[in-house]
Amino acid sequence: MSTNIDAKGLACPGPVIATKKALESIEQGIVTILVDNEVAKENVVKFATAHGYGVSITKQAGDFTVRITKGEAKEMQEETVPSLHSSSENIVYLITQNTLGHGNAELGTVLMKSFAYALLESTTMPKTIIFMNSGVLLTIKSSLVLEHLCKLAQGGVEILSCGTCLDYFEVQNELAIGGVTNMFTIVEVMGAASKVITL
Amino acid sequence: MKQVKNIKLTQFTKSCGCAAKIGPGALTQVLCQLKKPNDPRLLVGIETADDAGIYQINETTALIQTLDFFTPIVDDPYMFGQIAAANSLSDVYAMGGKPLTAMNIVAFPIEFLPAEVLGEILKGGQDKVIEAGAVIVGGHTIEDSEPKYGLSVTGIVHPDKILKNTGAIPGDLLIITKAIGTGVLSTAAKADMFPEGVVAAMKSMATLNRRAAETAEKFTIHACTDITGFGLLGHAYEMAAGSGVRMRLQATAIPLLTDAAEAAHIGLVPAGAYRNREYLKTITMDSTVPGNIQDLCFDPQTSGGLLLSVPVDIAKELLMALKQAGCTEAAIIGEVVERGEGNIHVY
Repeated sequence: MSTNIDAKGLACPGPVIATKKALESIEQGIVTILVDNEVAKENVVKFATAHGYGVSITKQAGDFTVRITKGEAKEMQEETVPSLHSSSENIVYLITQNTLGHGNAELGTVLMKSFAYALLESTTMPKTIIFMNSGVLLTIKSSLVLEHLCKLAQGGVEILSCGTCLDYFEVQNELAIGGVTNMFTIVEVMGAASKVITL
Repeated sequence: MKQVKNIKLTQFTKSCGCAAKIGPGALTQVLCQLKKPNDPRLLVGIETADDAGIYQINETTALIQTLDFFTPIVDDPYMFGQIAAANSLSDVYAMGGKPLTAMNIVAFPIEFLPAEVLGEILKGGQDKVIEAGAVIVGGHTIEDSEPKYGLSVTGIVHPDKILKNTGAIPGDLLIITKAIGTGVLSTAAKADMFPEGVVAAMKSMATLNRRAAETAEKFTIHACTDITGFGLLGHAYEMAAGSGVRMRLQATAIPLLTDAAEAAHIGLVPAGAYRNREYLKTITMDSTVPGNIQDLCFDPQTSGGLLLSVPVDIAKELLMALKQAGCTEAAIIGEVVERGEGNIHVY
């Protein structure tokens, strides 16, 4: 669930009431409120914080977009606000294994390939893709998705592999795409992201 | 009269009550450009940002004049009338005076609202003026898209008994006579939330400062002001700066109206509170003071209580007397100290 509210021009407490109604109407999910003044922004943030919801704020030309996350809403791809490779969106994918999903490994391999292809065709490009644990097996020479990752990298997507993980699988010399990184950088990149999608 | 019941007065306004006041920053800039009057009979003018002007007539009598009006803070017209009148009369009490006469000032959208609504507003105002022992002698009405109501009140005071918002002395204790939070709760009223707190706020706003003032009159009072649009800290700041002292306020001692803390916590904070905070940048607060209490300290009050700076040896006795006189929320909220860095500190 994702709800967008334009609360511009509403006098206090209008934006808070609109936020309250939107959040009450959903079990969990994301409510995005657009306001045009500092007071409305502060009050909406107070409302969200008081209820323990997650809040992030972006400012653009005097307007504020307040994004409130209710519940443990993991953001699915289809929930993302459509933006054609908007540079303001900083999406980070964290890929933690070489197959997609748990269960059958063979199926997981096929799905990962299909995912990489779909991502390449998608209009919303991530800024960074981080590979960890067995995920680093996707960035080495023998990777089945190497071709897709190369195209993503050419398109400006930053590809990072966890150095410790490459060492662990003893494939540090086989890295075929992107750079090697450490946990501090990974934490930083994820912290600066507007959205982190974990696979 | 049926129509009157269904009308939500506050829907005709953007900001309500004293929250509609022009911010102190903007006002100071405008007023400093005006010529200062030079008449020895003018005992209190605009220079100290006091509550009313005072003009000496003879050795025993000085005239107090004040004017206050604002947009509806509640939906009920009769209640709005009472609150507006209590608020206007308060300035006379804050100067230590007695109100004698009052004149209505009215702006009203007569084409959109039934005349009965105006009738109820004026009745509320009149009843409060009668309760204050004064009389309404007339008024003036204009057509406007937003309803506005208030009174110009004339009172008298003995020139030696004038209470000013300056004169606080290090060692004094500070007493407030009403709980704060009317701005936040008026915002809650617009949001149809916290009904209990809204009722408490309305009752508080419609209460005259008459008993508080009459009680204080029997004691030594160094400085007095009423808490209105600039919030508790705004008016405390004016008192501290004007007196050349510093004040230390204890956040936990400040009386709050029912539900006010919770309403501020969830973001029902009027724009005026942010404006006041912005203007009062020199005020320092311990980081241990919760955010919602900080907001309430800046919350613009409508018809708020009196803030009294009194000698330490009479403070307790005065507090008891105030409570006996019906100011049940009255409390000692801080102390006056020697001038130091900044004028106000909240801990």
